[in-house]
Amino acid sequence: MTAEELMAMEVGKLVDARGTACPGPLLDAKRAIAECPVGEVMEVQSSDDGTIIDIQRWCKKMGHEYLGDREDDGFWSVYLRRAK
Amino acid sequence: MENEMGNEQMMQDLIKRVETLEANAPEDRLALGCLSGDLDKTMAAFIIAIGAAAFDMEVDIFFTFWATAALRDPKKKVKKDLLGNMFGMMLPNGAGKLPLSKMQMMGMGPLMIKGVMKKHGAKSLEELMKDAADLGVRLHVCTMSMDLMGIKREEMIDYPHMQFVGVGTFVDIFSNAKQCWFL
Repeated sequence: MTAEELMAMEVGKLVDARGTACPGPLLDAKRAIAECPVGEVMEVQSSDDGTIIDIQRWCKKMGHEYLGDREDDGFWSVYLRRAK
Repeated sequence: MENEMGNEQMMQDLIKRVETLEANAPEDRLALGCLSGDLDKTMAAFIIAIGAAAFDMEVDIFFTFWATAALRDPKKKVKKDLLGNMFGMMLPNGAGKLPLSKMQMMGMGPLMIKGVMKKHGAKSLEELMKDAADLGVRLHVCTMSMDLMGIKREEMIDYPHMQFVGVGTFVDIFSNAKQCWFL
């Protein structure tokens, strides 16, 4: 998905993990997914670009759909759709 | 007729073999061993443990030898004999006092690393231990190491999933885990 498409998405749960280092963003995502309704989109913001591949692999293991990522002003936003 | 009997027998054998394989299949579980008691290696263990727990793996960490001192609670004071007191003074009193495996520099190294970690938003070892506790990461502490170094159960941190065990638990934990690391 393009950055514009990602930005236009309705986000069911926003996770601001900016300013935390590994494993902070992954742990924040794991904790927040329970609060994201099934089928809705979760956005994880991180200032560590290692989060992008981490979340891709996490989605694959947990069965969530990875939608894409975009760079913002000094941080990255990663989007996924909760499966179950 | 004879052929059918043969097939039946073969089927039974196969079912038995599959059942044995299933019983011995590794669990979706990570087993870590901590021995060094170094700040860097112990932090690596907890970061990996938290990562694995985020991936819904079960995690067991076995603490032995020098690493047992990382689980001391500096706020808890206990009575010990002379040798125990001497060891107690020489060993790091808890996660906040661990040395680095490299660049120790008479204690300057850990101070510098902690400063850099804070600047980068990295959690301290104590905070990582709290996260691990929340995620259900289990700690297994070697009782023989504690006896040797005069470390008492009463001076250990309050950790919800901590057990005091021997080598049998270590072997059992490691033999059924999907991944094993020793740091």
